[in-house]
Amino acid sequence: MLWLLLLFIIPMFAMASLSLQTGSSLEGFQQTFRFANFTDAISANAEFVFRSLRNGAIVTVVALLLAYPVAYWIAFYGGRFKTVFLFVLLLPFFISFVIRTVAWSFILSDDGIVLGTLKSIGLLPDSYHVLGTTVAVIAGITYNLVPFTILPLYVSLEQIDPRLVEAAKDLYASRWQAFRKVVFPLSLPGVFAAVLLTSIPAIGDYVNAAVLGGFAPGTSMVGNVIQTEFLRNRDYPEGAALAFVLMALMVVGAVIYARLLGTERITEG
Amino acid sequence: MSAVATEPERGLDRPAAARGPRKRWTRFVLPGYVTAFILYLCFPIFIIILFSFNQTRGGFGTSPRVKTTWLGFTGEWYSRLFELPDLTASLRHSLTVAFASALAATVLGTLLGLALARHRFRGRGTSDFVIFLSISAPEIVLGAALASFFVSLGLPRGLGTLILSHTMFSIAFVTVTVRARAAGLDPSLEAAAMDLGAGPATAFVKVTLPLLAPGILAGFLLAFALSMDDFVISQFTQGPATMFPTWVFGSTRVGIPPHVFAFATIIFVTGATLALALALAQRRRRA
Amino acid sequence: MNHKQVPPVDHAWMRGALRRRMSRRDLFRYAGAGAGALSLSSILAACGVQGEGGTASGPTGGEEGSTQWWADRKADGPGDLVNFTNWPAYIDRDLSIDGPGSRPTLFAFTEETGIDVTYRADINSNEEFYAAIRPALESGQDTGHDIIVITNGQELTELIQLGFLIELDPELRPNFDAYCGQTFRDPAYDPGNRYTMAWQSGMTGIAYNTKFVDEQITSLEDMLNPKYAGHVGMLNNTNDAQTLAMIELGVNPETSTPDDWQLAADFLQRFNDTGVLRAWTDQAYLTGIENEDLWVTMAWSGDILNDKLYFPEYASFEFVIPDAGAAVWVDNGCIPNSAANPVGAMMVMDWYFQPQIAAMLTEWNAYVSPVPAGADIVQADAEAATGDDKVVLETIATHPAVFPTPEIESKLYNYRVLGGDEIEAWNDLFNPIFIS
Repeated sequence: MLWLLLLFIIPMFAMASLSLQTGSSLEGFQQTFRFANFTDAISANAEFVFRSLRNGAIVTVVALLLAYPVAYWIAFYGGRFKTVFLFVLLLPFFISFVIRTVAWSFILSDDGIVLGTLKSIGLLPDSYHVLGTTVAVIAGITYNLVPFTILPLYVSLEQIDPRLVEAAKDLYASRWQAFRKVVFPLSLPGVFAAVLLTSIPAIGDYVNAAVLGGFAPGTSMVGNVIQTEFLRNRDYPEGAALAFVLMALMVVGAVIYARLLGTERITEG
Repeated sequence: MSAVATEPERGLDRPAAARGPRKRWTRFVLPGYVTAFILYLCFPIFIIILFSFNQTRGGFGTSPRVKTTWLGFTGEWYSRLFELPDLTASLRHSLTVAFASALAATVLGTLLGLALARHRFRGRGTSDFVIFLSISAPEIVLGAALASFFVSLGLPRGLGTLILSHTMFSIAFVTVTVRARAAGLDPSLEAAAMDLGAGPATAFVKVTLPLLAPGILAGFLLAFALSMDDFVISQFTQGPATMFPTWVFGSTRVGIPPHVFAFATIIFVTGATLALALALAQRRRRA
Repeated sequence: MNHKQVPPVDHAWMRGALRRRMSRRDLFRYAGAGAGALSLSSILAACGVQGEGGTASGPTGGEEGSTQWWADRKADGPGDLVNFTNWPAYIDRDLSIDGPGSRPTLFAFTEETGIDVTYRADINSNEEFYAAIRPALESGQDTGHDIIVITNGQELTELIQLGFLIELDPELRPNFDAYCGQTFRDPAYDPGNRYTMAWQSGMTGIAYNTKFVDEQITSLEDMLNPKYAGHVGMLNNTNDAQTLAMIELGVNPETSTPDDWQLAADFLQRFNDTGVLRAWTDQAYLTGIENEDLWVTMAWSGDILNDKLYFPEYASFEFVIPDAGAAVWVDNGCIPNSAANPVGAMMVMDWYFQPQIAAMLTEWNAYVSPVPAGADIVQADAEAATGDDKVVLETIATHPAVFPTPEIESKLYNYRVLGGDEIEAWNDLFNPIFIS
């Protein structure tokens, strides 16, 4: 317990403390309790914050759309092979996610397997590129997070008693109606959990933006800014302030989210 | 096989005739989609394995880099695996940190998980909240916080700080895993053992721990995997010693050596085989 | 409940991760805890971050660099290994050899002295590299590098001012004393060469791949052509893009004012706004142009010339000095504090001031040598060469980026030297352009 507090809470406070300091890398930073650091960080980086939120939202929606049918199928039709399918779903995790992202930058490279072939057939103009666009970044984040979306959906779908669906059918519901009125509402706790588990890492992502976006204008996210401040510009207070703002946003957002939708429904999953 | 209640037959698998008239092709939409999806998930893996056998040409006049086009088959990268000392060193560092931090996290997390499952104590809600935070906080925030921490204290950075950082984020995962397992344990078992004359420590070691073992093992493996895979936090807190994912990320600037893909393939095959073996062993034990 | 073979991790993990126990009472408790925590933070507030500007008059890290200290190190002997960390494409290479001997000049050093050199081309940008080694320097640890190569600029200035570099021993560099060119002695950023010895000098200009570009590119403005949309690269470091922008606007960067900087920033912002830019990069631009992701990019002279002359697949590359002028800089070898083998490091650095060695270096990497005698040897070799070698060496010997004519020299500008508050103003103005 103490360890957790030590290693988590204290760094958080260190970050808070650092975010209130001023100075430069050359002259050193002094604690000045400059709360304006927070407003400065926000006003300078508002665009990135919005972009991250937007990207996170898109990723979550896309991931949900992609994941739901898969989770549904495995839960209801998987039969004896459910574990096998789940195992296959988790296979990509045996490769480090940096390498997976790098693999995508490989696949999507201008002259690589996908684009190169399409270009040589003539379906795409020679100057077309996917890397360095927001599309690539979103695609990358979605790919990395979609297993996290599937799992909570699967867990909650799996627990739905199929006899409920049968009952609906007995009452003359079509397959689609049965889904809409019975299965989907019952799976909502899983959906809520999936949204949380997908959107938070998506908003805070920066590896995909760095590797697949390549710091092209319009692709960088908040994470990239924080990383640049710490690991390049050596402007630790600004980086700390921004990270703190991000953290606060997420916690507040998650709390509001949980409140609005009722915390009990989440624990049902 | 579980001896408990028989599973109700999954109703949606009833013979087609009983389900009423429908177009035949719609039956294939969903499975088709799932297959396509699985292919999509595994496509990068396939590419990595494939291109670990690709020939390259050197660029920059330095070490070979993977080319995005297929140049020819070669198995040479597997024989030249340890050729790049920095890459090998980074792997070694990663394995060391992963093992040490997983061990520490498992010990601490088990204790914490057990405590949370068993006892009600003040500050439990806070612990819950903190655990939730540390699992759900984006890595960039954790990395920034740890970096701030080390910067403020002027701590020399190296494997020590790395192990500390990795332990930190692993504890929460282990705790949650163990707690779930412990919650399912019958506390009267331990009481029974003590009734039979065992001291509390012996009861713990001989009764609780073995029952918890699968959870603890799962926690350890999870912590190990998380640590090996970690990039963001490592990038923020590493000193002169580089980790494997960080090294790979750095190499993207000048081009990835094919050795990386070879290593990734090996790790993948090892991990997948291990997991498969574990699952099969479990299945056999249950039966 | 269904029994299933789901790995226990996932299910349990899900449950645990989703468990929420908050209620209004909890919220109050947290608030109380938070208040207590704030008082804790005030304790932490006492911690700042080290970094007071050290005196520029002498080594601050203990006695490292003093005469006595060097005497002791020399008495110990040069050690078996030197860790030499440099930029890519910067040291000569024999492509026909793999393994030892593939870098002839280093190999010759090892043969002569018996000291091994571990050479790493790990530096891709001054900012990132410095930020990476800074924690170790601050806490007095060995960074793992004996020699590092840093461009003149903010990072090098900071390294010197904060006392993070070991002051060099004047007695360990006979070749430097004998052969170093006047222009590279006693530079403004390191009077008396107390901390640095020049490695190579180069120019920042524009490179393009004639495979994709039909026009002649002679200015940054030319790069803004929509034809190249998505295939243009620019450098994102603290000096290059800014300097070139100012030069093109007709301002002398060395004497520029904050107003000039604003104009330059507006100019550079156009690269973001017009959508032609693929990325702001560091050294990675070279990979970009080699991959054909980039067709036109800001570039460093020798990188492009080396690719063009020694790798047939890159023969279509061109490097130009823009009509308005280019930036010129010097990369410098220096020794970070707590280096494991400072004596060996100095020996390696001094080795490269021998004219023959300097010539070998320039003949490969096509950068400007700080050794005039070496440059002469390059010219002589170019005349004496035959066949393929002749083409390569002639190109190098006559290229304005390697041997600038007086006319070109008049168009070469150094970076703006920034002091005190200027640094922050400069960075705050330009950094947001590079990450957008």
